[in-house]
Amino acid sequence: MNIYEYFELLFTDYTLRTITLGTAVLGAICGMLGSFAVLRKQSLLGDAISHAALPGIALAFLITGAKDSNILLIGALVSGLIGTFWIRGIITKTHLKTDTALGLILSLFFGFGMLLLTFIQKQPNANQAGLDKYLFGQAATLLEKDVFLMMIVTGICLFILLLFWKEFKILLFDADYTKTLGFNTRFIDILITFFIVLAIVLGLQTVGVVLMSAMLLAPAAAARQWTNRLSTMIVLAAIFGAFSGVFGTAISASQNNLSTGPVIVLVAAVFVLFSFIFSPGRGLLFREIRFRKNRRDLELQKTLQFMYGIAQTHENISHPHAIKILNNFQGFTRKTLQKLEEKNWITLSGQQWAMTAVGYKKAKNLYNQQEQDD
Amino acid sequence: MTSPQIEIQLIAIVVAVACAIPGVFLVLRKMALISDAISHSILPGIVIGFFITQDLNSPLLILLAAITGVITVILVEAIQKTGLVKEDTAIGLVFPALFSIGVILIAKNANDVHLDVDAVLLGELAFAPFDRLLWSGIDLGPKSLWIMGSILVITLMLLFLFFKELKVSTFDVGLSSALGISPIVMHYGLMSVSSVTVVGAFDAVGAILVVALMIAPAAIAYLLTSDLRKMMLISVGFGVLSAIVGYWLAHFLDASISGSITTVLGVLFLLVYLFAPRKGLLSVLYRQRQQRTEVSLITFLLHLTNHSEESERHINHLNEHINWQKVRSKTVLDLAEKNNMISITNDVVSLTDKGKEFTDLALEYIMTNKDEKIEHMKDDFFLFRG
Repeated sequence: MNIYEYFELLFTDYTLRTITLGTAVLGAICGMLGSFAVLRKQSLLGDAISHAALPGIALAFLITGAKDSNILLIGALVSGLIGTFWIRGIITKTHLKTDTALGLILSLFFGFGMLLLTFIQKQPNANQAGLDKYLFGQAATLLEKDVFLMMIVTGICLFILLLFWKEFKILLFDADYTKTLGFNTRFIDILITFFIVLAIVLGLQTVGVVLMSAMLLAPAAAARQWTNRLSTMIVLAAIFGAFSGVFGTAISASQNNLSTGPVIVLVAAVFVLFSFIFSPGRGLLFREIRFRKNRRDLELQKTLQFMYGIAQTHENISHPHAIKILNNFQGFTRKTLQKLEEKNWITLSGQQWAMTAVGYKKAKNLYNQQEQDD
Repeated sequence: MTSPQIEIQLIAIVVAVACAIPGVFLVLRKMALISDAISHSILPGIVIGFFITQDLNSPLLILLAAITGVITVILVEAIQKTGLVKEDTAIGLVFPALFSIGVILIAKNANDVHLDVDAVLLGELAFAPFDRLLWSGIDLGPKSLWIMGSILVITLMLLFLFFKELKVSTFDVGLSSALGISPIVMHYGLMSVSSVTVVGAFDAVGAILVVALMIAPAAIAYLLTSDLRKMMLISVGFGVLSAIVGYWLAHFLDASISGSITTVLGVLFLLVYLFAPRKGLLSVLYRQRQQRTEVSLITFLLHLTNHSEESERHINHLNEHINWQKVRSKTVLDLAEKNNMISITNDVVSLTDKGKEFTDLALEYIMTNKDEKIEHMKDDFFLFRG
């Protein structure tokens, strides 16, 4: 099946529609909440939480014996939250740093989860197969009710986001000020963290433990490059996330042997790369162009300044001089001279140049701004 | 114990020691998560190496994969240098992308590759003794033992050769550049060693256990000591302990060995986190409570010096005036009385000479607010701590 067939089938095929809708909603909610994670410099918290959710899934299965995805998700949520608060405890109460705390919780919880999973596999219970889909995710196992759950959570999340918009925003940018204004920062903080954990847990079934952090980060990191406004960033991140979901599903469905999770992550990575290079304000390409333009302008001005120094010594400022006398000064080429003439700062005739009144005035006031500053 | 059992434990111990050494420096340099990133992003390196060599234990594959690890570090730093995103975001973007490429490479060539993503991430120590190194027909022991053994020997050699350089560049980058030790060389040296260790160990114990074995023993040791040498010894000790206990736990539960080693590390960390003598949670909470009481005491004494009228110094007045709960005022009063700083007559509190002296010094401290003088002062004056 190629991509065109995929989009034709999208409206008729039940499975394809469910999966696409699921990944799109997931991408949107992850992008939305990921913006907060990125701006709060908690990017890797997502990675730690998604790993920390694994033992919860295994324990929920061990206790209930049922493979109902909702129960497993609650298990994942609880263990993800325990992991998050333990990380916070380690950071605030001991001298271990954030990175160590994240790495510790990530690997220790995941290892414990693996112990439980292998333990479950040895149990005489035919029901246990399929738990390992949470490791790498299988979008194909998404059911309509899973997508429904995702949409409900997204709805609640959106509602809370709008309700606490100003609190979230102020906490994000100035936590101390928020506290002095009398907001309950602890509550807002826990609320944001709770929703981030929730989004991660929802995504486990689709993209898996290992790649979940990228779902959270990549759309937000891409959106950050295009705007300096929080609201725009969140909307953009949601759009990027949803599109990564749809394109990723499309590509993986149109090829054999391509699991959805990694493809979605790679599509999101392409979004990030594109944004890094081509965003007008912060992008590398435009930054380089601006940088070069500034350098050229500076060189032009340096040449003008040098000429000004020569012209100053003559009574008639438009007295022509040989180009040769500029030779001591390395900053000019034939091209810069022509540029200067284009700007009407000098006139060129043969091997001689002469300063115009405009150029003289310009050169005189070149550093005026700085003089005023002093 | 049968011979494969001994061999498995031996491999686990060697891996634990080989991981603990770079782990200590990663934790101290606040780069613990780099080990996580490397452990994931070596996947494409392993896959490509496997296409070329067709042997998971070939040194060429290890080299290729280790280079991928170093490339990860370089990529992360390059992205960070653009200033477009913060360091942690850069890490979080690079390794899932590389990991995804690895997963897709495996999936697209699933038919000709006997390589499994699960195996790379989780490893299976139980199978390690079956892959043996044969040299002109003589059985020399498990291959992974030889590989990890040589990595350990090289790591140890580098450690002894460059111990003081590593130490100075870890704790004081400025001083190390001034002394002519390039922090960049040390940084990439450490990254290369970590990368090689991760790659060497992934086959035996899996990528996640490598991360656990690097970070957890070092974090445990860091909670117990502030001396670099001791920290290294303690972390090696905990690594070895968890390897042995973990093996027997797995044996008993019939579950994954790497998972159970990690779990043992987790339990050990939890214990140390709670009960470590000076830096553990309980001791920190105790100290915080103590300091809170002592700060209240100083506030209370200052209040007494400021007010000579009896109504302000009446015991019942304290509750409402300083707005303390009853329990707290009682604790503070008891502490002050035990330390002979106040005397109580007819429910009216007055400062003793010692109390006055202490209050004056405390006031001076508050005005000048230099260093941690107050701790010495407390030692001088207090018979009992809060």
